[in-house]
Amino acid sequence: MVQVAVRGLMIVNEIDKNLLDEIDVSDFKESEAYNIRKNGKSIKRKINDYVDIEPKEDGKGINVYVKENTYFGIVHIPVILTQSGLKDVVYNDFYVGKNANVIILAGCGIHNDEHEDSEHDGIHRFFIEEGAKVKYTEKHYGNGRGTGKRILNPVTEINLKKNASMTMDSVQIKGVSKTKRVTKAKIYEGATLVVKEKILTSDNQVAKTDFVIDLKGDGASCNVTSRSVATENSYQEFKSVVTGKAKSYAHVSCDAIIKDDAKVKAIPEIYAKDADANLVHEAVIGKIAGEQLMKLMSLGLSEKEAEDVIIKGFLK
Amino acid sequence: MLELQNVCFKKDNKLILNNINIKFDETRFYVITGPNGSGKSTLAKIIMGLEKPTSGKIIFNGKDITDMPVDKRSKEGISFAFQQPVRFKGITVYDLLKISTGKDLCKKEACGILSKVGLCALEYVDREINASLSGGELKRIEIASVIARNPKVAIFDEPEAGIDLWSFKNLIQVFKELESNYSGITIVISHQERILNIADQIILMKDGKVSKVGKKEEMINEILNGSSCCKGVNDCE
Ligand SMILES: Nc1ncnc2c1ncn2[C@@H]1O[C@H](COP(=O)(O)OP(=O)(O)O)[C@@H](O)[C@H]1O
Ligand SMILES: [Mg+2]
Repeated sequence: MVQVAVRGLMIVNEIDKNLLDEIDVSDFKESEAYNIRKNGKSIKRKINDYVDIEPKEDGKGINVYVKENTYFGIVHIPVILTQSGLKDVVYNDFYVGKNANVIILAGCGIHNDEHEDSEHDGIHRFFIEEGAKVKYTEKHYGNGRGTGKRILNPVTEINLKKNASMTMDSVQIKGVSKTKRVTKAKIYEGATLVVKEKILTSDNQVAKTDFVIDLKGDGASCNVTSRSVATENSYQEFKSVVTGKAKSYAHVSCDAIIKDDAKVKAIPEIYAKDADANLVHEAVIGKIAGEQLMKLMSLGLSEKEAEDVIIKGFLK
Repeated sequence: MLELQNVCFKKDNKLILNNINIKFDETRFYVITGPNGSGKSTLAKIIMGLEKPTSGKIIFNGKDITDMPVDKRSKEGISFAFQQPVRFKGITVYDLLKISTGKDLCKKEACGILSKVGLCALEYVDREINASLSGGELKRIEIASVIARNPKVAIFDEPEAGIDLWSFKNLIQVFKELESNYSGITIVISHQERILNIADQIILMKDGKVSKVGKKEEMINEILNGSSCCKGVNDCE
């Protein structure tokens, strides 16, 4: 196997590098903290003055501490799985101090050339203190020629204290056979959560996503946008339960393009427990609009090219 | 030359185009006008290949293109600005113009095209073609997507709709340029006097038929006065 040097810090092989590049980068900057987990073990870690990363005692995860008032921190926590048949469960906790500002890049790449199933379940908990700002990005990717399934079941629990904010971008574009994503959030006074989710499924893939959001204080708000494309024989399910207990605001929108023999189900639930809660849910499922195809074809694209452009834009 | 021969179009058992025969010549500016529902947009779609005639033929530069699919017709040089432009989530004006020109055009070139339709280019080039654009903005981007192709046959379906007066003047300028710069055929569907005024030929449609064709000078008074009593005009051709 070809060995590839990455910044002289670490030697990874081509498969590892490819997985890392798909979900994040394989090349971190000097000022960035990181923890790389491969096949159930941390293989490389770097901390700095603002970000501390400690392994949990049982080795099944890490605690990440971001100091208060951190001006601009960056943390990478990629996970790669290349050993077929491995089920890796990891618990990562993030403690973000008051008024800190941090970007967290997580993701999981699975390469499975064999016939046994590979699975990664990442349970991520966020404790975000007053006034802190977190940008969290998560990418899921699978590849490999094997018949073994590539399974990912991420759980994200978010606690946003007063006036804190978090944006969460999650992307699953390719190669994941089965996924169930659960995101739970408690949003307190003046805090904001923005979630953007993008999913593309093909073959016989199954993707389920489940949001449980509690708006607990005045001025709490959340905005969830899910865009997905379901093709071939795949199945997608989008469920969201938003409860507004105060003068709060939520906007949830689920927008799906469906093709071939795919199936998509959207189950919206909004529950206002306060007369001042303003909760909106939109769900749209449909084929690519014929006139969109027509317009692009009238500019010279073939039907297939037009479809690709529309889907690529939709998931951008 | 583009020629429609005995073109009929039926939908849901309704005859929408009834035996259309028109010849469009190069370096001519045609305006198609007529009441709502008379079949103008349908005619444009038939030329572009978005609809297929139930019977009849379309001949373009000697070639029968009746069965040619829309993308192929586009490559042959036919282009059409929709009456109701389509919106796209996630596709920017820049993306659309790149598709239009079929090359990796730079932002400066894209801005150049946009300024022709009166859009302050820098503001628009990275905008998504989604619900955040107004009707008039959308309309101008639609026109830009056609101009960008330098088509041999350019069809604009009610381009003036939703466009304010100032931009309208510019638009007329754009059509004049198209007319003089390209040795092509420009077809504009319109009710606007000022657009009728720059036409070489006016085609008047009614109930799915071409009710009259003629030089602007011969047609314009009658159309603007809204009378159709002057049968004589038809005969003087
Ligand atoms: N897709 C369609 N299905 C059924 N009828 C249509 C369709 N499109 C247009 N029509 C009908 O065909 C006629 C001509 O429409 P159109 O070409 O849009 O007229 P114009 O552009 O002159 O206003 C109208 O009666 C319209 O209702
Ligand atoms: Mg029309």
